[in-house]
Amino acid sequence: MAANEGKGKGRRGLLWAVITIVVGLYTLFPVFSILATSLKPTAELSSGKLLPSAPTLENYQSIFAGAASDLFIPALINSLGITLISTLIAVVLSTLCAYAIARLDFPGKRLILAAALGVSIFPVISIVTPLFNLWRQIGLYDTWPGLIIPYLSLTLPISIYTLSAFFQQIPWDLEQAAQVDGATTFQAFRKVIVPLAAPGVFTTAIIAFFIAWNDFVYGISLTSTGAARPVPAALAFFTGASQFEEPTGAISAAAIIVTIPVIIIVMLFQRQIVSGLTQGAVKG
Amino acid sequence: MSTITLKNIVKKYGDGFPAVNGVSIDIADGEFIILVGPSGCGKSTLLRMVVGLEDITSGDLLIDGERVNEVAPRDRNLAMVFQNYALYPHLTVYENIAFPMRLGKNKLSEDEIDDKVRLASAMLDLDEHLERKPGNLSGGQRQRVAMGRAIVRDADAFLFDEPLSNLDAKLRGQMRTQIAQLQRRLGITSIYVTHDQTEAMTLGDRVAVLKKGELQQIASPRELYEQPTNLFVAGFIGAPSMNFLPARVEGGRMQTPLGALEVPQRLLDAAEGKDVVLLGMRPEHFEDAKLVDEAIKPHGTTFSARVSHSEWLGNEQYGYIEYESDAKVKDLLDELARDLDGDEMEPQIVASFDAASRIRGGDDAELWVDGRRMHVFDVETGENLTRDAEAGARLTEEANEERAREIQRAREKD
Repeated sequence: MAANEGKGKGRRGLLWAVITIVVGLYTLFPVFSILATSLKPTAELSSGKLLPSAPTLENYQSIFAGAASDLFIPALINSLGITLISTLIAVVLSTLCAYAIARLDFPGKRLILAAALGVSIFPVISIVTPLFNLWRQIGLYDTWPGLIIPYLSLTLPISIYTLSAFFQQIPWDLEQAAQVDGATTFQAFRKVIVPLAAPGVFTTAIIAFFIAWNDFVYGISLTSTGAARPVPAALAFFTGASQFEEPTGAISAAAIIVTIPVIIIVMLFQRQIVSGLTQGAVKG
Repeated sequence: MSTITLKNIVKKYGDGFPAVNGVSIDIADGEFIILVGPSGCGKSTLLRMVVGLEDITSGDLLIDGERVNEVAPRDRNLAMVFQNYALYPHLTVYENIAFPMRLGKNKLSEDEIDDKVRLASAMLDLDEHLERKPGNLSGGQRQRVAMGRAIVRDADAFLFDEPLSNLDAKLRGQMRTQIAQLQRRLGITSIYVTHDQTEAMTLGDRVAVLKKGELQQIASPRELYEQPTNLFVAGFIGAPSMNFLPARVEGGRMQTPLGALEVPQRLLDAAEGKDVVLLGMRPEHFEDAKLVDEAIKPHGTTFSARVSHSEWLGNEQYGYIEYESDAKVKDLLDELARDLDGDEMEPQIVASFDAASRIRGGDDAELWVDGRRMHVFDVETGENLTRDAEAGARLTEEANEERAREIQRAREKD
């Protein structure tokens, strides 16, 4: 019996390992391919081989110090700044909103949730043209706020949804216990609810960060110069050394560089996402 | 130390349904009050109104003579132990206990906090667990942490909301004793909500029985058991519960499905002029006729009946006797069963015999039932027609004296 179980477990473990490897290869191969391309010298770009015969950093040099740096460096700063600011605003606003939705009974609660859902399923491409006109008229075109505001419309709905689910998991009793213990509503929120909601807040922050970081449509439509253009849009403006050369190498290098912040963010935040933190609060 | 007074407390929800309806209770300083009743009787709602987590629709709540209806929970200075403990999972046991003392109003210095936490943890046997998180504790340990958080407060009163209902039977017994000792030692006014009879009977100085938001009777456990005010209290208190038999007065005896029973004159007087009454008798009023002392036999009636099945428990045994129900009382008994969380009242008597009795399921047995401690209930109102209010009051008075003695003794011991 026990041996059988062990066998079954082993077999299942093997199955999972195979699945993990297949999925890993499927998702990581393109990244590896881009990495390999970014290390190829210009002459080798169309060689048809996966690995560069003589790896070189010339593409990285070109985007940081060479011809493409005027385009790439401001774009990197824009991307980081705009994304971080919109993530921060989205997290703060959605925390307050989701707390209210999870805890209070107020008229229009369903309306807020429905509106959030409605906004999130609205196709971006249909808003972008009117927004372009509006932004030009009121002076938001090609500015940071001009991108932060539309990004909030993408990140807020999903943040509100995710966080209100998290808040609903926190037992009501904890807050009431805190109140009976002598805490004010705000103390109960800060000392009990916020620490418990932290995993949810970090998860939401990661999601919001990705959405804003990966956006292309708003980025290319609502900007025209290095003043606000984010990296995904800037990549489209890369040019080769001559008109007969494709900028593939530089674009690959830039793509690798913009992946790095995403990895860092996930590494930083995943430690905070400890599941089951509320375990032990209630029941026996 | 304080008194708590509830005056005509009413709680109505949005749909106008009264969850608690006109409850008045006077709780003396240091008294241990139990609120008991079947689920949905409003006992938890009442407790939550006292602590301030629910609004009071009408009526007055006084703590030490001051009206506190609108006072926020944090300013009432009451400590509460929640049914699910409500420990803060991100804090250690130490910090959980220290939590109330770190908040604005009753902020203490680190040394004072440490002293109090250590004192509470010693009292509750938590010394080894102070640095652990609630998630790693057993149910009983969590329960003690919740108690610790209440003790350190120097609160005016303790409120318990079914604190033991998530523990297994053995642990529940231990914690019950611990709570009782702690309450006596601290001499602190306590209100305790439970649906468990044993807890109600063993812990309470007085027990308040609630049904559908209305207070039925508040008295010492003995008074509730021996002098219940109505059918509901009689059926609710005691396990297995009291048997109710339809009865008619005929020739100086009570004619019941078990036969004609000898009862004292006062029972006959109470049933005078009524077509049919309900005769209430507890399982222990029955006995195997062979084992009854000749001297007391005349106080009851010997009858024969078929015992459908029996349960031998070691210290005693239960025999079940089926009988023909009377249509006139069926509705009342079914309603009672619903009030007590059951479906319908089986027309069946539960009798308890001495463990030595050889009566077994399926036997036609000679049984004896004691007529002296029976009660007569009105079939219309469910009211107890034979309740001796004076005797009841005497029992509650005795309980009060016992409490005073116990507190005195606990103080001398410290």
